[in-house]
Amino acid sequence: MSSLRSPLGEALGRGSAHAGTAHWWRQRVSAVALIPLTLWFLLSLLMLPDLSYLTVRAWLATPFSAFLAMLLVVVLAYHAELGTRVVVEDYVHAPGMRTLILQLLRWVYVLGAGLAVFAILRITFAAPVT
Amino acid sequence: MPVRPRPLSPHLQIYRWQMGSTLSIVHRFTGVGLAAGLLALCYWLIALAADQSAYDCATRLFSSVPGLLMLAAWTFAFFYHLLNGLRHLFWDAGRGYERAQRNGSGWLVVAVSAALSAAIWVLLWHAIRGAP
Repeated sequence: MSSLRSPLGEALGRGSAHAGTAHWWRQRVSAVALIPLTLWFLLSLLMLPDLSYLTVRAWLATPFSAFLAMLLVVVLAYHAELGTRVVVEDYVHAPGMRTLILQLLRWVYVLGAGLAVFAILRITFAAPVT
Repeated sequence: MPVRPRPLSPHLQIYRWQMGSTLSIVHRFTGVGLAAGLLALCYWLIALAADQSAYDCATRLFSSVPGLLMLAAWTFAFFYHLLNGLRHLFWDAGRGYERAQRNGSGWLVVAVSAALSAAIWVLLWHAIRGAP
């Protein structure tokens, strides 16, 4: 017998972590996506003549900005969930508390990103502000 | 029989300071900080969608002294996490593992993120002072 692992364990190939590379890979892919998205957002804000209500609304109302800003918020929330999940898993050991915090975090991200996407939609589909 | 506490493995205080571990924990700190920053960004977007007075309120909040300090911290955290994240991506591709490369890229990340944050805030300071 070459291995003490069960045939099912061998087939799944996951070891003692009970998980594969999915989390790791999603973190990398979202990280790569965030490089252009965050830089675009930062540079766009810096290049506006000012950050007054009308200026920022006019900028964000264009389809290009609105679409990229929605992508940014969603991918940011996704990447943040993946990252803070690992922090909680590392430092919160009580299973009940861990599940509670992870669930709360996930709800906060979904709520925050959902509201932000709705806000951007409202801006881009609103009648022009004069 | 008295119950003695179980022995613990050597922890943080036993190790000497190292570049790699320090930059690693800073990557984690900045990540958690930026997750909080995401919520601030969401608030700002919601205020922008609401109306002028909500947006003015957000502007007052962000341009107060604690608000500006938070924005400055988020600026550095953003550049640090971005550049150190790139460093991680290079490692993931199997590059940059030599000791000199690790330490060099580490210092480069710290220096460039500090320089970029400073540049942005000098730019913003001039824009604010130059505005009528």
